[in-house]
Amino acid sequence: MRSVAVVGFAQAPNVRRTTGTANGVEMLVPIAHELYAQTGLEKRDIGFFCSGSSDYIAGRAFSFVMAVDAIGAWPPINESHVEMDAAWALYEAWVKLQTGEIDTALVYGFGKSSGSDLRRVLSLQLDPYYLAPLWPDSVSLAALQCRLGLDAGKWGEKDMAEVVARSRADARSNPNAQLSGDPTADDLLGEPYLADPLRRHDCAPITDGAAGVVLVAGERANEIRDTPAWITGFEHRIDAQNLGARDLTTAPSASSAAVAAGVDGASVAELHAPFSHQELILREAMGLGGEVRINPSGGPLCANPMFAAGLIRIGEAARRVWDGDAAKVVAHATSGPCLQQNLVCVMEAG
Amino acid sequence: MAGAGNGAVDKVLAAVVGTGQTKHTTKRDDVSIAGLCREAADRALDDAGMTWTDIDAVVIGKAPDLFEGVMMPELSMAEALGAVGKPLLRVHTAGSVGGSTAIVATSLVQAGIHQRVLTLAFEKQSESNAMWALSIPMPFSMPVHAGAGGYFAPHVRSYIRRSGAPTHVGAMVAAKDRRNGAKNPLAHLHQPDITVEKVQESMMLWDPIRFDETCPSSDGACAMVLVDENTADAHVSAGKGPAAWIHATAMRTEPTMFAGRDQVNPLAGREAAKALWEQAGITDPLEEIDVAEIYVPFSWFEPMWLENLGFVPEGDGWKLTESGETDLGGKLPINVSGGVLSSNPIGASGMIRFAEAAKQILGRCGEYQVEGARKALGHAYGGGSQFFAMWVVAADKPGV
Repeated sequence: MRSVAVVGFAQAPNVRRTTGTANGVEMLVPIAHELYAQTGLEKRDIGFFCSGSSDYIAGRAFSFVMAVDAIGAWPPINESHVEMDAAWALYEAWVKLQTGEIDTALVYGFGKSSGSDLRRVLSLQLDPYYLAPLWPDSVSLAALQCRLGLDAGKWGEKDMAEVVARSRADARSNPNAQLSGDPTADDLLGEPYLADPLRRHDCAPITDGAAGVVLVAGERANEIRDTPAWITGFEHRIDAQNLGARDLTTAPSASSAAVAAGVDGASVAELHAPFSHQELILREAMGLGGEVRINPSGGPLCANPMFAAGLIRIGEAARRVWDGDAAKVVAHATSGPCLQQNLVCVMEAG
Repeated sequence: MAGAGNGAVDKVLAAVVGTGQTKHTTKRDDVSIAGLCREAADRALDDAGMTWTDIDAVVIGKAPDLFEGVMMPELSMAEALGAVGKPLLRVHTAGSVGGSTAIVATSLVQAGIHQRVLTLAFEKQSESNAMWALSIPMPFSMPVHAGAGGYFAPHVRSYIRRSGAPTHVGAMVAAKDRRNGAKNPLAHLHQPDITVEKVQESMMLWDPIRFDETCPSSDGACAMVLVDENTADAHVSAGKGPAAWIHATAMRTEPTMFAGRDQVNPLAGREAAKALWEQAGITDPLEEIDVAEIYVPFSWFEPMWLENLGFVPEGDGWKLTESGETDLGGKLPINVSGGVLSSNPIGASGMIRFAEAAKQILGRCGEYQVEGARKALGHAYGGGSQFFAMWVVAADKPGV
């Protein structure tokens, strides 16, 4: 494969509510400026733009159309969009780089969840004939998933609380995090349930946010970063949609993507687990042992902008390579209810 | 591997070896959304002589999720799309999405990542009312409340004024596309007896666009099987059928509105076409392209896009149309499948253009087959004439 590296990453401050327009594309303007400043590239240097967002989050059709205004699509640009987390937009851009048609790509994702009742909106991702009419919401479905694992003895509430305590503590050094602090696991276990067995802190916060990443092929990456984050494995898979027909305490698509991408030997992993128990599922499914540092950014439990949070995992993991903290990192993104669809991106230093 | 060579990368050649469509119609109340997609996909696999297990990855596209009221419907169709345990990508680039989706699938093959990709696009418009899904009032935005026709009518008026085109040209396009649609068993509208006069007598909807110059609202899906060179060669030598080789793809985007934007002849479309012809090694598209499937949802977009695509100089598109050269048997047959004017499942319409271009190369167009077609254009556009996707497919491998 052609050598492609992550060389730029910027994100909006992750907050509970922004005051911009319904789809929040204003958040993208400073991100694009920051990416150009970081990389020394200009808009005309970018061979391909690709984004991820959702019309249902924005509550309107064609919400991504406004984003091309924010990014400044004039003169006209080579551009595409996925109705998925922008981690998959990054995948599309990486594929385009592999064809040799382009040498650079700018990828962005945005989600303004404050305009609606997120957990009910996400119900509309379910099968429209058999499941969506019952309106099971995303938090309730995750709670059922969690209960299955608890009953099977796969994890305990203490394990979940420890995930949250570690995430909040790590987020203290992330200026863009929405939540941070230093609660102990015991403190957290004293909190009431939101959707038994999930407590509020077991669930990712509702976030308005956006992010962008720059990809460059070949030698040029070495001109931009001393230690570019070279993509050495990039895979994604999906599992069946019927929640009653698959074992929700595992994530087969995450397992096979991790094996195919080659995660062995990574020292840091940024996992897109919007619920604390899902981090435990993913660690096991992806074969990440105790030596792997999980979510040093604080992860999605401290900031979860829909349709950008997966892309942020890739940016945060790449940053560890740039900074020399890790020689090999793993980034993961998820989509759909109960970890249905999973993407794994492995990056390495030179 | 780090930094090892920048280099020029040799693209893997990609080809279409199978296409499948549903019978486009107003309302498919006999199938679910998944069932509609499955029907097109099964037909494409049959056409390619393949089964579901042959497929490495699935790329699906559709226009806004609000059209069916299902958020990211591909998630709940993972099984119906044969995607479980495989990569599934969902593209959304407005009306051009069917074309963009095919291009993303092409890239997966050209990049050498997959050998056999199923790509599919659909819309089940009867699940909702597309006009209202397109007319949600937004803060700080002028409400159109008139669907796409109300949006594009001023562009058409402007084209007529700028080009001096006689007003019957639009009706000619509509009569031609509907007559040709009658030769396509899968087309939604079958009007073999339609005439220019009948079109001109139909109700005025958005001046100067009349009822018969307007695309229908359809339920439908379209799928294609794209494969790499080795698979295509094996397919051909096994006698399973020919291959339509992909010579070029292009996508371009520009913003919806700003002072000075030319909405009649958008720069993004001109630049996409320029890149496309260059990549395909085509210097005179009018001479070198044998048949074109162009996204014409309202009749006047045929002459407008003829100019935008560079087939003729600006202002001359209507002359080619008026001369009859864009009909079956003419110099550049356009939309002989009936086009968007005869079938419009919005999210699939772009892919249908791409697939009909491929079908012409594969020789599978029956009554509307262009004899000896060896090079074909598929074109799609979307949004406010701002998203463009196009490809060139041919009977010979690139460079032959």
